[in-house]
Amino acid sequence: MPATALSADPNASLVVSDLHKSFGSVEVLKGVSLKACEGDVISLLGSSGSGKSTLLRCINLLETPTSGLISVHGEDIKMTKDRRGVSSPSDPRQVERIRARLAMVFQSFNLWSHMTVLENVIAGPIHVLNQPRAEAIEHANEVLQRVGMYERRDYYPAHISGGQQQRAAIARALAMKPEVMLFDEPTSALDPELVGEVLKVIRSLAEEGRTMVVVTHEMAFARDVSSEVIFLHQGLIEEQGNPAQMFNDPQSARFKEFLSTTRQ
Amino acid sequence: MDVIYEYRQILIEGTFVTISLAVLSLLLSIVLGLIGAFAQLSPRRGLRRAGNIYTVFVRSVPDLVLMMLIFFGGQTFVTQIGSLTGLWGYVEINQFVAGVLTLGFIFGAYMAETFRGAIMAIPRGQIEAAMAVGMTPSQIFRIVTWPQMVRFALPSFTNNWLVLVKSTALVSVIGLHDLVWNAFSAGRSTHQLFTFMVTVMVIYLIITAISDVLLRMVDRKYAAGVRKA
Repeated sequence: MPATALSADPNASLVVSDLHKSFGSVEVLKGVSLKACEGDVISLLGSSGSGKSTLLRCINLLETPTSGLISVHGEDIKMTKDRRGVSSPSDPRQVERIRARLAMVFQSFNLWSHMTVLENVIAGPIHVLNQPRAEAIEHANEVLQRVGMYERRDYYPAHISGGQQQRAAIARALAMKPEVMLFDEPTSALDPELVGEVLKVIRSLAEEGRTMVVVTHEMAFARDVSSEVIFLHQGLIEEQGNPAQMFNDPQSARFKEFLSTTRQ
Repeated sequence: MDVIYEYRQILIEGTFVTISLAVLSLLLSIVLGLIGAFAQLSPRRGLRRAGNIYTVFVRSVPDLVLMMLIFFGGQTFVTQIGSLTGLWGYVEINQFVAGVLTLGFIFGAYMAETFRGAIMAIPRGQIEAAMAVGMTPSQIFRIVTWPQMVRFALPSFTNNWLVLVKSTALVSVIGLHDLVWNAFSAGRSTHQLFTFMVTVMVIYLIITAISDVLLRMVDRKYAAGVRKA
């Protein structure tokens, strides 16, 4: 599909077209396009170094794409290039506004360690969305209940388990009432026995129709929950499509190989 | 001890000069230290280099030399500009202002190192998380960086402050009537230098003890969320 057709779609929650990203002379993304409509759950798979995390981090501009277009609900993120051809976002305010609409959940939770769980959840709504404190707390209590962290809301991150920290981080993301949620390997840093509780929460969010892009190594999650699976290999989309079809009948040799190594 | 009582006014005045000199220099050093720390951590190479030159230069030149350089050298420099342009004649820099500027400049470099280390101790991911919810750079500084930076910086900050208080004694060489200068002249004229120096020592100890109490309060305030070992 040509890139122009992608970016012209105002109904899509998120459109990425022809995204390139280089670190120095290493090209990590070599032209990736994807589209998420409302309610889509897109799983990004790939071996390490395939560029899946970089792609996710480019979407909310934690990494600056070298070239390409990102658009959220039809609003293109404006980029400029300087004399040496280094690109950067041209309007920092726009980037902040867009980031507030795309919540991100990190592999290593990244809760603010000097704040309690509740304070972590209300900081964004109060300072970025300008919600009154009482309203922010009320909404925070709801989302904390949703992820099963209401009883631990007065704990500091250092005093709770990794699974609880990640659920608190999901609550922090939910509190922003995001249009799209980005998950960057949300269970990879967890002890095996804690993976389940976090996956359960993410799964329930997917089932209630939230738009999500998930970088994951959890094959069962990708197969059962996502509406689309994208397999990245060396910075390019190697295979993409409906999960049932892709897992039962992989087309590309590399995805077959990937599946066989992860299914040991 | 009667002689101390007799000279109490001059000692109190000197103590007041020492404390206000220390506090004002501290404020200036915090500002310069923050600028220096952020310059050193800046993605721009020119800023990083300027920040490095500042801290390396100040930390390798004796405080006393810098002080005389800024006070006497600065005075000559400003006067010469005046005579070259014909705009002003001989200029005398106020000793107190010169003292604050010099000490602030020197300790700004130490503070820059302290703050730089403290900022680097904050996990990068927490800054990214703040960016990801859409905070502006100034909000990130206020809400995420500053509170944790204070906590990490406090031990070294305390040390800098104590050294700074003691370094104020150096300004007596440029003729500022601080505690040491006043006590020294009183001691010489009464031939009781020992008594006066013991008194000075006690006053410095009291200043240190009070700052210790205050800094502990700050530490308690910013220690939230720290896992106790």
